[in-house]
This record gives sequence, C-alpha cells and structure tokens, in this order.
Amino acid sequence: MKLKSLKTVTSSIAMLALGAGIASADEDAALIINGETEMVVRTEAPAHLENMDEIRSGWTFRSAETQALQMDDFDNPGMIFVDQAIDTWNQVSGSEEKSCASCHEGPESMKGLRTQMPKWNEAAGEVWTTEMYINDCRENRMGADKWGWNAKDMVNMTALIALQSRGMPMNVAIDGPAQATWEQGKEMYYTRYGQLELSCANCHEDNYDNLIRADHLSQGQINGFPAYRLKNAKLNSIHARFKGCVRDTRAETFKEGSPEFIALELYVASRANGLSSEGPSVRN
Amino acid sequence: MKRITLSATCLMASVGLVSAAEVAPENVEYDEYGAVAVSLSGTAGDAAAGRVVVSTKSQGNCVSCHAISELAEEVPFHGEVGPPLDGVADRWGEAEIRGIVANAKITYDGTIMPSFYKTTGYIRPGDAYTGKAATTDTLPPLLTSQQIEDVVAYLMTLKEE
Ligand code: HEC
Ligand code: HEC
Ligand code: HEC
Repeated sequence: MKLKSLKTVTSSIAMLALGAGIASADEDAALIINGETEMVVRTEAPAHLENMDEIRSGWTFRSAETQALQMDDFDNPGMIFVDQAIDTWNQVSGSEEKSCASCHEGPESMKGLRTQMPKWNEAAGEVWTTEMYINDCRENRMGADKWGWNAKDMVNMTALIALQSRGMPMNVAIDGPAQATWEQGKEMYYTRYGQLELSCANCHEDNYDNLIRADHLSQGQINGFPAYRLKNAKLNSIHARFKGCVRDTRAETFKEGSPEFIALELYVASRANGLSSEGPSVRN
Repeated sequence: MKRITLSATCLMASVGLVSAAEVAPENVEYDEYGAVAVSLSGTAGDAAAGRVVVSTKSQGNCVSCHAISELAEEVPFHGEVGPPLDGVADRWGEAEIRGIVANAKITYDGTIMPSFYKTTGYIRPGDAYTGKAATTDTLPPLLTSQQIEDVVAYLMTLKEE
C-alpha cells in the first residue's frame, strides 16, 4: 500500500519534468534494470529491414527522468499491475474451476514466449497474439468469459507474461506459414493513411530522433509492450498504441484484435528482432 | 420598383458570399513546378491571421514540423521534421509558397508534408481525429482558401535578407 502511493508520487514528478521541457537523454545511456539485468536497447537491424542499419528501443528516446523509472522495479509504475496479474494467475475462474496455475504452474512457465509473439498457431491456421492465447484458455479451457483486448485483467496478464522474457532478444518468426500475414503487415506499415496521408514509416523510419512538436519520435518499436504511459497512468496494449497513431493521421482506425492489427503487430514486432523484451516498459 | 432593386441587391449579396473569385480545391491550377499564381480566396491574405493558423494545433499546426524563430517565444515546441521556415520568402516567391501550402506533394513528390487544400484521394479517411470513418465522400480541406492566403501572407513576411 505504502509502495503504491510512493509510485504514484514518482510518476507525477516525472510528469512535471516532462511538461517542463524536453530534457534530452544521454544518447548512449545503458538500460540496466535493478542494477543487474542489462537490456539490449540498440543493435544491428535484422536483415529484413531494408532502410535502417540500427534498431533502437523506445527507451533510448525518452527523457532521463522517464528512463530512470524503468531502471528499478520499485520505480516502474507498471510493476503494480504485474503484481495484480499474479493474483489473477492464481485465481480460480469459470465453470471448470481452474486457474492459470492449475495447468501452467508458475508464470515462469511462460519464459521466452513474449519474444516470439505474435506467432503462427497451427491448429487455428492463423497468427495469434498473446491476448488470443489467453482468451482461448479462458474460454475453451476454463469455461470463463473472454477478456476485452484492453481490459485491465488482460493487459496486466500480458505484462506478467512479458516480464518472464525480460532481457531475452525478440525473435519473431516471419517466414513459413506466417509470411503472408507478415507481408500484409509490412504493406500497412508503408501505407499513408488518413487525411494527413502519413504512414508508420513516415514518422518512425524516416523521422525517428526528430521532434514532431514536443514529441521526440522513436522507431515505434513494440519490444517494450505492454507499456506503462505517464500520459494515461496505465499499461497500454500494442493495439491501443497502434490505434492512437492511426487516429492521429485523421484516418479511420482499425479495431483492437482486427486481422489488420494482428498483421501489423507481426510486422512491427519483427522490426525489433534482436532488441530485448522490456515489458512492462515506461514511456511518456 | 423599390422591390426590384431590393431583390437585385440580395442577389448581388449572395453571389458575393459564395465569392466568385474563390478557387475550389479541385480547380486549383498548379504549374509544372507546383506553383499556384492565382489567389485561392480572391481576398488578400492577412499575415497576422496566418501567423495564428501556422501556430495553432487545430489549424495549420505547421510548427509541429517546422521551426519558426520569430514565433519561438510565444509558441513553444517546434518540430524538426521539415526545414525551418525562417527566410522562406527569400527562397520562394508567393506563387511557389501558395502551391506548397495548398498541396506540397506537387512541389515535392512524396513529401511527408500534408496537403492542406485537397478533399479526395485518401486511404481510410477519418472524421477528423475521432478515429471513426469520414461521413462524406469529400472531406473539408484541412485549411480554407482564406486560411491558405493568410498563411501565404504570413510566410511572405519571413525574410532574412
Ligand atoms: C485447463 C488447462 C489450462 C488452463 C486453466 C489455462 N491454460 Fe493456457 N494453455 C493450456 C494448454 C493445453 C495450452 C496449449 C499448450 C501448447 O499448445 O503448447 C495453453 C496455452 C497457453 C498459452 C500459449 C503458450 C504457448 O507456448 O504458445 C498462453 C499464453 C496461455 N496458455 C495462458 C494462459 C493463461 C493466462 C491462463 C489463465 C487465464 C491459462 N492459460 C489457463 C492449458 C490451460
Ligand atoms: C505523425 C507521426 C506518427 C505516425 C504516422 C505514427 N506514429 Fe507512432 N508514434 C508517434 C509519436 C509522436 C509517438 C510517441 C513518441 C515515440 O515513441 O515515437 C509514437 C509512438 C509509437 C509507439 C510506442 C513506442 C514505444 O517505444 O513505446 C508505437 C509502437 C508506434 N508509435 C507505432 C506506430 C505504428 C505501427 C504506426 C503506423 C500505423 C505509427 N506509429 C504511426 C507518431 C506517429
Ligand atoms: C508532417 C510534417 C509537416 C507539416 C505538418 C508541415 N510541413 Fe511544410 N514541409 C515539411 C517537409 C518535410 C518539407 C520539406 C519538403 C520535403 O523535402 O519533403 C516541408 C516544406 C515546406 C516549405 C518549403 C520550405 C523551404 O524553405 O523550402 C514550406 C513553405 C512549408 N513546408 C510550409 C508549411 C506550412 C505553412 C505548413 C502548415 C500549414 C506546413 N508546412 C506543415 C513537413 C511538414
């Protein structure tokens, strides 16, 4: 309880710092979490990325104050939600009277999963995101209601699952049966949507490191998701972030969980292959 | 007699409102370099009004991509996606600037700069920033003809030489 209020104070201080100016962070800062886990936040771009030599985590673009919040779990406001997800993990729910733990034992059983997501699901014959796997278990194995894509329980659970892969390199498969979906996502990435006619690439490939108004543009990577945003003081799903960026081009967005956003997620995830999985990260 | 004069005046007034001299977005004539010689509104631009359009988020929001030193004190956070507009009137004439503001994609093929005086040809056009689908086939242009003229008038004041 005490911990929680402390965290709230820390994040409002960070908000203040944010409003006061764009304190540019040290270009070469290293992300070492809790003084022990060194994260890869800059590395050589994967071979399939044609227009960039180096990929960088969104963390490297944030102010020193925001960066610091991710360097210690006591300061990371996203960790409260991970704690909540641990409770949910162990909670019996649905007609089968099972919890996640009944079948999966501890959350550590999810180690490595986040680095491969989203991935081809052979049985379903399509690419599935973490949310889809979770809901499949809830609906078909627990006899419980599905969670909404952005529901608190869902986003928190994806944070708990991501945490098990913290520091492991993103390694999303783009070939084999997933390739067609990946191609679809790639095409979307370069499509200039909306009345402002802007593609993801216009901002996150052609202009990363530039300011767009007060925002320091990153490469729009998703290795840090779900991300705790100081702006809305909660964990945010990947698709919620996509939705915001598409909306800001004065376009009709796609829905969370839509085939389009699943394809886009696969493509964007693959652009981070080689960066560490960071979720839950802290962003502004 | 009196009556006839009255309706004639009414007619004149309504014609005036539509403004015979306004050029609709689909009728703008760009030359081969993307310049537009004729005023879009038929009314001279007001530089002071243009200064507001350039720096207001819900209007031109040009400063989200362009820095303008002259505005820096009043309007914080200028972007750096496009070149600074200081001295732009030394680099371009009025017709070129009008063309760039109306539809920069003709001057600069494939530029990231939005087309401010255009109503069709979009992929998944939305209803402003709501994220919902646009409700009409043609969208209102991002700026009106008069706003464009005002912005052009303002940019013409940005001289360094
Ligand atoms: C009745 C047993 C059962 C319960 C309860 C259950 N799961 Fe599962 N879960 C499975 C099985 C079986 C699989 C498929 C494993 C496979 O195909 O390798 C699976 C797969 C998954 C996967 C994908 C793992 C992978 O490696 O692809 C995730 C994520 C997952 N479950 C999360 C959860 C969560 C979160 C809960 C609780 C809300 C939960 N599961 C509850 C049985 C269960
Ligand atoms: C008009 C410019 C613009 C466009 C176009 C745009 N974004 Fe963004 N995006 C931003 C800004 C600004 C931020 C917040 C700062 C940052 O991380 O770049 C952001 C953040 C993000 C983030 C969060 C990164 C992190 O590390 O937390 C992701 C992911 C993202 N964008 C993906 C996309 C995708 C996918 C598209 C295309 C559908 C897209 N964006 C289109 C401006 C844009
Ligand atoms: C999304 C970013 C963006 C926005 C918003 C934007 N521009 Fe631009 N603008 C650019 C870029 C980039 C260029 C350079 C052309 C190129 O190479 O693509 C440019 C070029 C220009 C030029 C030519 C500059 C020179 O010195 O040669 C002018 C004038 C201009 N813009 C005016 C405006 C005005 C006025 C607005 C607002 C109504 C505006 N721009 C909004 C990105 C933007």
